[in-house]
Amino acid sequence: MYRRTLVALLAGSALGAAARLAADQPVEIRISAKKFEFHPNKVTARRGQPLVLVLTSEDRIHGFKMPDFGVRTDIVPGQETRVSLMPEKPGSFTFFCDVFCGDGHEDMDGTLLIEA
Amino acid sequence: MQHTDRRDFLKLAGLAGVAFTAGLFPGRRADAQASDRAGDFHFVQFSDTHWGYSGAANPDAEHTLEKAVTTVNGLARQPDLIVFTGDLTHTTDDAKVRRERMKRFREIVSALSVKDVRFMPGEHDASLDRGEAYKEFFGATHYTFDHKGVHFIALDNVSDPAAKLGDEQLAWLAADLKQRKPDDRIIVLTHRPLFDLQPQWDWTTADGAKAIELLMPFKNVVVFYGHIHQEHHHMTGHIAHHAANSLIFALPAPGSQPKRAPLAYDAAMPGKGLGTRDVAVADKVTLVELPVTKG
Repeated sequence: MYRRTLVALLAGSALGAAARLAADQPVEIRISAKKFEFHPNKVTARRGQPLVLVLTSEDRIHGFKMPDFGVRTDIVPGQETRVSLMPEKPGSFTFFCDVFCGDGHEDMDGTLLIEA
Repeated sequence: MQHTDRRDFLKLAGLAGVAFTAGLFPGRRADAQASDRAGDFHFVQFSDTHWGYSGAANPDAEHTLEKAVTTVNGLARQPDLIVFTGDLTHTTDDAKVRRERMKRFREIVSALSVKDVRFMPGEHDASLDRGEAYKEFFGATHYTFDHKGVHFIALDNVSDPAAKLGDEQLAWLAADLKQRKPDDRIIVLTHRPLFDLQPQWDWTTADGAKAIELLMPFKNVVVFYGHIHQEHHHMTGHIAHHAANSLIFALPAPGSQPKRAPLAYDAAMPGKGLGTRDVAVADKVTLVELPVTKG
């Protein structure tokens, strides 16, 4: 009985550690940009789950700005731009292109939804 | 940073209606369309005319600018000068069409009775070619001039498509301000807000805070800008920032809805939310919004 309990505790502990490890490992989310849209333009993640946004451009230099996370970067064609985020509170957060790219630039945006 | 809406300004100024005095140049109240003291003057601000725009937000887009020109030409007291704070034309990827729009815009505004007209670019004019076409038609994108004791500074925060003034222009601004005295009257003209009005809608200038920091030692500074297609008033310390209405379509109040999409066209009130602005400059600055009324 004692041995069975110990095994169960150890297994539970291992599972918990694995879960913690998984939560600590950043989740990669790929977002591509082209005039005048991001794809995907709606992204969902969990609170406390580290994220890495992998940003690419299909046509020209775009910007990626997410004021609520203090994030802004250029997205240059032919390069992957990686942005690390730690979502610490639930909510809906806007990102948008901040490098003027033409008629439709003002509509080039998306949403990161952080679930509790 | 302190946000001040129009109602607060009116309360501060003790005025109501379409005209109010911003306590910028201390000492004396001025009345728009009435002041004639030596050294006092008026100017009119046009902004965001977006010539070439076609869309549901303004079915009358081909005529709105001409109507505004007629309205301003009909003012009983003509301004000394007229300023255009950017987005003269609506953007296009086609460089030839861009130049055609600038040419036609220039023809329309040449009908203004007042011939001292100062232009500056918006991102729709200048961001796709870093101001190349704009300069061909309208000259420098940042410059200064003086008028009746007031020092005007036009700042370009749009030729860089990332909405930056840039280190070179900031150094130029610093050098110009070194020649000013602390109580000089200074009017700054620009397109985008120099302060972080609504970062989630990109209503900012990336390095605008550096310009404000340079201006802060001067007691009498006021900024006129456009970009946000609505009347808006804001203070950064003692510096007032006044956004003007557009002449193409109105945009929603900052942060009032999820997206900064144009407000719906109202066929019953076709000029609603559009217009120009008369600015009387004396010891104080008085603003009078001018709706588009003449056909």
